[in-house]
Amino acid sequence: MNFTLVVWRQARAEETGRMVEYRVEDVSPDMSFLEMLDVLNEDLIVSGEEPVAFDHDCREGICGMCSLVIDGVPHGPERATTACQLHMRHFKDGATITIEPWRAKAFPVIRDLVVDRRALDRVVQAGGYVSINTGSAPDANSIPVAKHDADVAFQAAECIGCGACVAACPNASAMLFVAAKTQHFARLPQGQPERTRRTINLVEAMDREGFGACTNHYECAAACPKEIPVRFISDLNRDFIKAAAHHGRFGTLPPQGDLEE
Amino acid sequence: MLDARIPDGPLDEKWQRHRFEMKLVSPSNRRRFRILVVGSGLAGASAAASLGELGYQVDCFCFQDSPRRAHSIAAQGGINAAKNYQNDGDSVFRLFYDTIKGGDFRAREANVHRLAEVSNQIIDQCVAQGVPFAREYGGLLDNRSFGGAQVSRTFYARGQTGQQLLLGAYGALSRQIQAGRVRMHTRTEMLDLVVVGGQARGLVTRHLVSGRIARWAGDAVVLATGGYGNIFYLSTNAIGCNVTAAFRAYKKGAWFANPCYTQIHPTCIPASGEHQSKLTLMSESLRNDGRIWVPLGKDDARAPGDIPEDERDYYLERKYPSFGNLSPRDISSRAAKEVCDEGRGVGPLGRGVYLDFADSIARLGEDTIRARYGNLFAMYEKITGEDPYRVPMRIYPASHYTMGGLWVDYDLMSTLPGLHVIGEANFSDHGANRLGASALMQGLADGYFILPATIGHYLGSASIAPIGTDHPAFDEAEHGVRERIDRLLAIGGRRSVESFHRRLGNLMWEHCGMSRRAGGLRQAIVETQALRAEFWEDARVAGTNESLNVSLERAGRVADFLEFAEVLCWDALQREESCGAHFREEHQTPEGEAARDDDRFAHVSAWEYRGVGTKPVEHREPLVFENVALATRSYK
Ligand SMILES: Cc1cc2nc3c(=O)[nH]c(=O)nc-3n(C[C@H](O)[C@H](O)[C@H](O)COP(=O)(O)OP(=O)(O)OC[C@H]3O[C@@H](n4cnc5c(N)ncnc54)[C@H](O)[C@@H]3O)c2cc1C
Ligand code: FES
Repeated sequence: MNFTLVVWRQARAEETGRMVEYRVEDVSPDMSFLEMLDVLNEDLIVSGEEPVAFDHDCREGICGMCSLVIDGVPHGPERATTACQLHMRHFKDGATITIEPWRAKAFPVIRDLVVDRRALDRVVQAGGYVSINTGSAPDANSIPVAKHDADVAFQAAECIGCGACVAACPNASAMLFVAAKTQHFARLPQGQPERTRRTINLVEAMDREGFGACTNHYECAAACPKEIPVRFISDLNRDFIKAAAHHGRFGTLPPQGDLEE
Repeated sequence: MLDARIPDGPLDEKWQRHRFEMKLVSPSNRRRFRILVVGSGLAGASAAASLGELGYQVDCFCFQDSPRRAHSIAAQGGINAAKNYQNDGDSVFRLFYDTIKGGDFRAREANVHRLAEVSNQIIDQCVAQGVPFAREYGGLLDNRSFGGAQVSRTFYARGQTGQQLLLGAYGALSRQIQAGRVRMHTRTEMLDLVVVGGQARGLVTRHLVSGRIARWAGDAVVLATGGYGNIFYLSTNAIGCNVTAAFRAYKKGAWFANPCYTQIHPTCIPASGEHQSKLTLMSESLRNDGRIWVPLGKDDARAPGDIPEDERDYYLERKYPSFGNLSPRDISSRAAKEVCDEGRGVGPLGRGVYLDFADSIARLGEDTIRARYGNLFAMYEKITGEDPYRVPMRIYPASHYTMGGLWVDYDLMSTLPGLHVIGEANFSDHGANRLGASALMQGLADGYFILPATIGHYLGSASIAPIGTDHPAFDEAEHGVRERIDRLLAIGGRRSVESFHRRLGNLMWEHCGMSRRAGGLRQAIVETQALRAEFWEDARVAGTNESLNVSLERAGRVADFLEFAEVLCWDALQREESCGAHFREEHQTPEGEAARDDDRFAHVSAWEYRGVGTKPVEHREPLVFENVALATRSYK
């Protein structure tokens, strides 16, 4: 198969980028999308040009590192599939394919197709965990959890933190990410003691990081490679209203990490 | 002779006694110590978080953009523990025994027993963090039998156990980052270890976006940098996995133990062509219901459905009637290679065997199979374009895990004082072959429970002089790092770094993969040297240091693999026996099974660096078995 690629090239954060056209030939339909880019990059390197930078690591759809907008869609055309798991047999021979980075204010471009997603880490740092120290846990089976609750928590916990939801959202909101993180714990007994603070702290961290507001477009769930359902967003909204009412304010709660020395 | 400093006393009291005897650092003193943790996988993240909780100052480094993306995230099957929740006869001693036996009697008894002891606490810890393990309707935790174990001791979270455990550890790490006790440095690659007065005291790193070279001083260094399975180019590991951190430490004086123990996993999707960049693991659990076979005759081009029952060879069931399709990884892998070498392999490249679910589907119904393996079947179809409910899967062995690693003593400290090594990066617990679901257990045992205790003993008893990053040892290390980067950028050859890695991988797979022979190993050493010379003349590394430069990152890692390959071959050559994953063709029983030589080789081989291209010096740690009788593994 042969393709024309139109790829975003940007040498560094401070420079302006542009779309550049490349040809790739003799692509096997069994290649993954990233292997097709490997071929392009080998050619570029051998001919003395700099390769196209893109993030990737596991190439199994689980690490959340790959982050390409392919023909306008985060992770490309296949449903529930990360870019690294997308194979060329799904494209028409001779097609022109555009490849761009995630676009969002909170995800500045670092180079070419690589963006800075540390904002997501900072949101989690604000409280996306259960605060317990190593060694202090009771026997695992002393906390029974109804299978249904465990399964729903698992569904939320499947989020790989890739940021496709943000890239797909017209407002660049991280609401689906935050919903998945909070609802994972909200469904488990272990998550109850900090449920209120966690909800408020994560939502506020999300706003602080410059993610947009959620206005119910639901593009996020359509783009999510793990098919995290939008239902979690309504659950988060409910939790948030309850939490805010409970505290009678939207002010910042003390951070969850125990700061006392 | 190498001394592992194993505590005295009966096996099941060693760890508790040692915990009592070790020096402690008082809570108010801990914040005076700075610990540099390289790696944020299960081992690194759990260690950094636990050390932060104790009150140490921690710096943690990873090369991905987030600590949550470490390779541990990809683990599928599960994590072992001796809880005996299923009341099926499991115990700490049984987990200990199975691990020792599975490792073909090439691991240290005391370490393995400690691992089994700590295993239960890991599950408690993870559940308390909210890790959503599979549960039964009664609300309690579910277990399964994994990789042929005779008891159900594996805890799992669908096919994503690694991800869920890592998110637990990442949560704990995030909490310490928020609390200001851990400083996290992402997209930062360690390029050298700094040794002062014989102690590991610092690091030199390169920031992968700006190219900035930085120095970090600390009181102790912890490497949690994973395994080197990517030496074979194609493996189930993430693309970024590499040996650089461990290899730099080796060059600075830490000894490398048992590098030749490399695990080849039997159930991976075969390569489909030259372009292949990695291989995808199909969980071992599939072997519970799938039957493995190849055509009886050579070069049989018929579609699998057209091959009648009596022209199929269910070779594992035939050769190992009692374990059959669940025979251990090393045995299953070698058997697959054998039938493919005979010309009976299937698939486009002839390197594959069938894993067939037709019988199970007929017996249990498609719905049951879908409920058990739906996500794996979907993944298979995504990659190959074939529907495994209709056509048997094709699988082939691939490099998966490395039991070898930097040598550590009972306290997980390397031969360089102050340098601790945890997780897959060390050599400690799996002997010559790792059992399924035991790597996650070991990484978390090391990081949550063992290292945080033993490092305190080091910090409390060693005399560690205050130094700054202006110490000449830092100048020297940084100079070396810069010089090497400049050299790589200046090669100006014609061939991509990738192409060298691919050739090295082929070479290693051919001569130092599933089966090895003295002649082949010698040849591999000579050819690696030639390949290395060629690399330094003809590789092309694009760009500059001062930017995000994937080509430069890759080049540094491949250059290290090219040197490390030789150490691996020397180790394989010197170990004139077959044990676990290390199979020497000259040492097999008349039936073609591995022949161990306990008289000559019941020891750990640890290699000391003596210069590039020079044979390293071997040191030995004898393995003493006081609690188990050395037996021949038999899965017939
Ligand atoms: C596909 C697959 C499935 C598996 N399934 C299972 C399973 O079901 N059960 C089981 O027990 N085991 C399984 N394993 C094995 C297990 O996942 C690994 O052995 C284990 O996760 C390794 O953890 P680690 O913390 O030691 O290293 P890793 O998770 O590999 O982490 C290494 C860390 O070190 C960092 N790093 C490395 N080099 C540098 C450097 N130079 N500078 C800075 N940072 C560096 C990386 O960024 C990363 O953060 C599986 C392995 C694979 C490949
Ligand atoms: S590379 Fe890991 S999810 Fe795509």
